[in-house]
Amino acid sequence: MKKVYLGTTHFKEANEMVRAALVEADTVELEDVFAQRYLGCAMAAGKRLEIHGTPGNDMACYMDGGSIEVFGNAQDQIGNTMNAGEVVVHGRCGDAAGYAMRGGAVFVRDDCGWRVGINMKQYQEKVPAIVIGGNAGNFLGEYMAGGIIVLMGQPGEYLACGMHGGIIFLAHRPDERLIAEGLVCEPVTEEGKALLRPLLEQYNAHFAEDLEAPIDESGETFWELRPATARPYASMYAN
Amino acid sequence: MLDYVLPRYRVMRDADLCTSCGVCVRTCANEVHQLDEETGRLSVRNGACVNCQRCVLTCPEQAIVITRWPQVDSGSANWTQETMQDISKQAQTGAVLLSSMGTPKPYPIYWDHLLLNASQVTNPSIDPLREPMETRVFLGSRPEILKVNERDEKVFAPLPPQLRLDVPLMFSAMSFGSISLNAQKALALAARELGTFFNCGEGGLHQDLEEFADCCIVQVASGRFGVNPHYLGVAGAIEIKIGQGAKPGIGGHLPGEKITAEVSRTRMIPQGTDAISPAPHHDIYSIEDLRQLVFSLKEATGYAKPIAVKVAAVHNVAAIASGMARAGADIIVLDGFRGGTGAAPKRIRDNVGIPIELALAAVDQRLREESIRSTVSLVAGGSIRNSADIVRAIALGADAVSCASAPLIAMGCHQCKDCSSGKCNWGIATQRPDLTRRLKPEAAAERVVNLVRAWTREIEEMMGGMGINAIDSLRGNRLMLRGVGLNEKELEILGVKYAGE
Repeated sequence: MKKVYLGTTHFKEANEMVRAALVEADTVELEDVFAQRYLGCAMAAGKRLEIHGTPGNDMACYMDGGSIEVFGNAQDQIGNTMNAGEVVVHGRCGDAAGYAMRGGAVFVRDDCGWRVGINMKQYQEKVPAIVIGGNAGNFLGEYMAGGIIVLMGQPGEYLACGMHGGIIFLAHRPDERLIAEGLVCEPVTEEGKALLRPLLEQYNAHFAEDLEAPIDESGETFWELRPATARPYASMYAN
Repeated sequence: MLDYVLPRYRVMRDADLCTSCGVCVRTCANEVHQLDEETGRLSVRNGACVNCQRCVLTCPEQAIVITRWPQVDSGSANWTQETMQDISKQAQTGAVLLSSMGTPKPYPIYWDHLLLNASQVTNPSIDPLREPMETRVFLGSRPEILKVNERDEKVFAPLPPQLRLDVPLMFSAMSFGSISLNAQKALALAARELGTFFNCGEGGLHQDLEEFADCCIVQVASGRFGVNPHYLGVAGAIEIKIGQGAKPGIGGHLPGEKITAEVSRTRMIPQGTDAISPAPHHDIYSIEDLRQLVFSLKEATGYAKPIAVKVAAVHNVAAIASGMARAGADIIVLDGFRGGTGAAPKRIRDNVGIPIELALAAVDQRLREESIRSTVSLVAGGSIRNSADIVRAIALGADAVSCASAPLIAMGCHQCKDCSSGKCNWGIATQRPDLTRRLKPEAAAERVVNLVRAWTREIEEMMGGMGINAIDSLRGNRLMLRGVGLNEKELEILGVKYAGE
């Protein structure tokens, strides 16, 4: 374990310091983090960052198997185009978390900003997941093409606009007007529960101590939101 | 209900020449030519013909000719046949009209209003057959001050990463999915042979093309298909695609039927689902956000390769380009509205954006005025048709050009504008194995190499005629251009004098 103090260091030097420390140790603890961007960028499997303070935008962008735990809030676009690995945030996160994420998992204890999980994908064995403990801002799961989002709190407006793949588990049935045309919202199925339960268990493993009481891991009362078709725009164009 | 849609073309077969050999039947994926098994008679479905000319060129007897559908229009210059046919199609389907390639509309082509200079008496011309001509260009950001150790003749301040192009041309982005793997491979082979770059577009880099990665520019577009650290790491350079000349302001949409197993693997998305690129990058709502993405890619690749940003030429392109340069882009790629596409809504393709000539001149001028021109390289694309267009583009301020339609035409494309159907008889814009097999990468690459070699020779001759022996001395040298048939405003924006001045 190495410790690196970032303070007000510019992101370029900060990331150089972090990369250098990761060569020497598999786990690096970052102290006094003040919004430095790109922490954990493209970080490979077997490497781990423990971040104290507030990491900047694009944390874990293109991350490729590494793991990051943030003891505090995260800013925008965490896990941008992430390929594999795990991000755990003991707090809230900003907008567009998990943009075009293809693999791995993001756990956020509290709320998240707008456009979280936008254009999330999945491919063969890679099924990315985002678990949000609190409420979500508008456009959760916009253009979602694959993967799993779990939301314990309330969604904002324009939920899952343009969703054409993947699945969103909602702890509460959303207001009927939030279920856009082309989407189907039903009580969680047995197959759904099989996907949901391990994520709820992991949420508890990460945050039960913070929350003082674990959440219900059964997933029994959840709802699942899915696209009615993988080809929502099939008849939109003519040659 | 009667179908109001008329055929666009009429296929005529000369009965005296035709031997009913059936080549046309086998070659046409649109099933225009039909053979009656019992009578042995050939018939034609005119309405299915897109005028790709495959049958015309493969007919051993040259018995086939395609003409326009001879029906006269209403006589109105306003309600033309095409306008009315579009309405009929939309009335029938309720759908957005899709089309492909560059706009066929008769907008002004400013290249054809710019004449090149040549030396007479003073400043003698140079014969490229005898004297060295430099056509090599480097793309990337330049430092503000170059620190040179004069004793060692070495630059000692680190230079930002540069791309070396032996010819002032590279191939514009075309994704696997929109074109076939064989077509991409032909471009890759040609790029390597010519010492330039091809661009794999936003659909990922197929594993068979990884051996060409050092001469590949990989794209990061809003859908982020196939983008992972490996993809970014192997490439020669990375291009952030904000927009495309043929369809500024809208995203991409590769229909599920084109997502074959191979396309799915390369894009890293499930087979058969629509591949949707959102209209904007949802992490970019400002120049500051663009800077964030540019630097995320630099961080992911250790600042070792140039980052290009491609935008469509639109109204405020000069101000946008200034922002792009300040956002840390090493290369700005401008794509004019006459540029091609594998599929775009017809109304967007035919009505949105501005010509590359005006955009390029405006951007170069603006960057000079702000003293940031040297911090960034400028690449112009969007209908570069021949070597003279390249010379004009460089004289208007480009470091290099990118082109796609011309190399596709070299491979066999006949601009039938039906790419989006996926039934390209030339094996280019299709994923059907029976069609892609028709395009042999090595043979197609040779034709592309021939084309670019011929253009380069012509560029050398035109430069030599001007008394210029290096592309660098031509860049932004607008005194080498004179306008004809242009008004004062056009001359002002292009920054050129009128012929005779």
